[in-house]
Amino acid sequence: MKDAFGTPQSLLVLGGTSEIGLATARRLVARRTRTVWLAGRPSPALEKAAAGLRDMGADVRTVAFDALDPESHEESLGKIFTEGDIDMVLLAFGVLGDQARDEDEPLAAVRVAQTNYTGAVSAGLVCARALQSQGHGSLVVLSSVAGERARRSNFIYGSSKAGLDAFAQGLGDALHGTGVHVMVVRPGFVRSKMTAGMEEAPMATTPDAVAAAIETGLRRRSETVWVPGALRFVMSALRHAPRPVFRRLPL
Amino acid sequence: MPADSPADSRTRASAPTSPAASVPPAAAPPVPSAAVSVSGWGRTAPTTALLVRPRTQEEAAAAVRECGERGGIARGLGRAYGDAAQNAGGAVFDMTGLDRIRVIDTTRTSDTGAPAATVVCDAGVSLHHLMEVLLPLGWFVPVTPGTRYVTVGGAIGADIHGKNHHVSGSFSRHVLAMDVLTADGSVHTVGPGSALFDATAGGMGLTGVILSATVQLLPVETSLMAVDTERATDLDDLMARLTATDHRYRYSVAWIDLLARGAAMGRSVLTRGDHAPLDALPERARARRAPLAFRPGQLPAAPSFLPEGLLGKASVGLFNELWYRKAPRSRTGELQKISTFFHPLDGVPHWNRIYGRSGFVQYQFVVGYGKEEALRRIVRRISERGCPSFLAVLKRFGEGDPGWLSFPMPGWTLALDIPANLPGLGAFLDELDEEVAAADGRVYLAKDSRLRPEMLAAMYPRLDDFRALRAELDPRGVFRSDLSRRLAL
Repeated sequence: MKDAFGTPQSLLVLGGTSEIGLATARRLVARRTRTVWLAGRPSPALEKAAAGLRDMGADVRTVAFDALDPESHEESLGKIFTEGDIDMVLLAFGVLGDQARDEDEPLAAVRVAQTNYTGAVSAGLVCARALQSQGHGSLVVLSSVAGERARRSNFIYGSSKAGLDAFAQGLGDALHGTGVHVMVVRPGFVRSKMTAGMEEAPMATTPDAVAAAIETGLRRRSETVWVPGALRFVMSALRHAPRPVFRRLPL
Repeated sequence: MPADSPADSRTRASAPTSPAASVPPAAAPPVPSAAVSVSGWGRTAPTTALLVRPRTQEEAAAAVRECGERGGIARGLGRAYGDAAQNAGGAVFDMTGLDRIRVIDTTRTSDTGAPAATVVCDAGVSLHHLMEVLLPLGWFVPVTPGTRYVTVGGAIGADIHGKNHHVSGSFSRHVLAMDVLTADGSVHTVGPGSALFDATAGGMGLTGVILSATVQLLPVETSLMAVDTERATDLDDLMARLTATDHRYRYSVAWIDLLARGAAMGRSVLTRGDHAPLDALPERARARRAPLAFRPGQLPAAPSFLPEGLLGKASVGLFNELWYRKAPRSRTGELQKISTFFHPLDGVPHWNRIYGRSGFVQYQFVVGYGKEEALRRIVRRISERGCPSFLAVLKRFGEGDPGWLSFPMPGWTLALDIPANLPGLGAFLDELDEEVAAADGRVYLAKDSRLRPEMLAAMYPRLDDFRALRAELDPRGVFRSDLSRRLAL
């Protein structure tokens, strides 16, 4: 069960090698979380992530999960919930893709969309249903500021996150009153392996800062969390910028 | 012969020969139920459950039998601060439908020859209702917490204590018998000393559903309190005053200013007293004409939406300053209404809303006598951190109670309300738990919403007995709550 501050005792991370996912898990394990499920494609990295959390004293299990295989989600995720309540599901998988290549190779672009959006739709719905029958729990969805308005430089990734973001918002409304809380997290540029070698955007943040913001959001039962918080206002301005102006901005 | 209670006029005929008994169960109207969001008085961590409202003991038994795989838990008026009376995804039995006062027996005498009385009532009867009915007859409930809006079932389940614990003990010490509905649907009538009774007193509803109880009453001559008020300049002064003179008062409590620092740390206002005897009322006072009238006043309810952060350090600091200054240095024999003395907050319905959407936690712990150093350390830490708490209360407990998970033990207990949105509060309270456990103390489960499960065994030495009895009586885990899941009770 979650405590009065929204800190979960059990956590399921979809995308078990995600840096933000693991930073969040570490932060929560340091507080109340004792049971962690890391769902991801079986790999040494996944096992290493599990070992790291075990060293902190958590009871960690890994489970094979592939965002690109939505047909398996019902079974692979469903069985986690039969073993006990999950207080929080963190939907943290996603790929950035390579904008230039993806524009040339439509199939590569589709994989970005399938991972970030289609995979999240099926996994999110499977988890939402399980949480609903528990009568409690949080579904935390990692969206991105890139989904707020499509930009020339990464609109394939951005559009997939836009779809995910809209899906999660709608799901949150659908689950309102069921005891399940859906929280959409919109980080800006996060310094991580996903963005390694890229030129940093203004207001760049870190996985740890995102994790801290998630913990605060859980306490406040927020529906939307921006990281850093000031991005809420920046993006609000950008969203309303006329397109001819927006197009010319160095973004 | 037992005197009929005025409330008995509301008793519905339920003799086995009545025509209703011949109707097959399938035709009986369904027990009303609805899926609703449920939270404790602190309004933190709400979860959703099927709220079932049984109106008879038979319906309660049916609700327990049919509550499904996520189990059920009884709930009274929802004054437990944390998650003790919520059950995510399962059933919550709203017991307030069982609200009959069955018998008031005023013919008894106590061991010392003094008049005595008992009341037999359903578990869903509130202490407020008992007071309405009993006070005009010259009787009072044996123990009342800071609110009248708790049910008798809840009072036993949490084994509540009041300002008189140092002389009277907890509520269940005054319970002569009770009916408990266990997981198999059977009803057990148990008295003190039996395992089921002692596990249920303070058992947070996890041993079964309390259906009714026989409670001993306290004779009173008036419905007024004679109250002595004095100020203590700091924590040591307070502890010295309480230690030296507490035994002279039936009721005793100290309001403590936890925002005061330095030399003023622990400055407090002590209010202590007893039920006023008839001759304490002034000759021509209005109260003389109806000395047993029960007239709690009520202010408008707190609005349903209030912004966060209303109770910050500045506003609470100002309140505390005024509250301390307003109290007389010393005043004796002031007559106060029962509601003013015991239940000042009941005058503002829904006062829990003033903490805003994210709610508040109440932290109450006890450390034994001889562990005063731990108490000083904790008070110092709270005041240095500046927790904005305007409802901090210190009192001395008397002898411990037999309930296996009963909270009180001989020692000092401090209770404080803190807004849940205070950053870092969770970690801070965890540290205080360490101090409490190291001093062989414990925190109160009826108020808890955040304890680390690992701490429980150290705080409640009879936890294993409790778990063993539950495993025996309820192998399928029918009785479950968010509290029991969170703490693996």
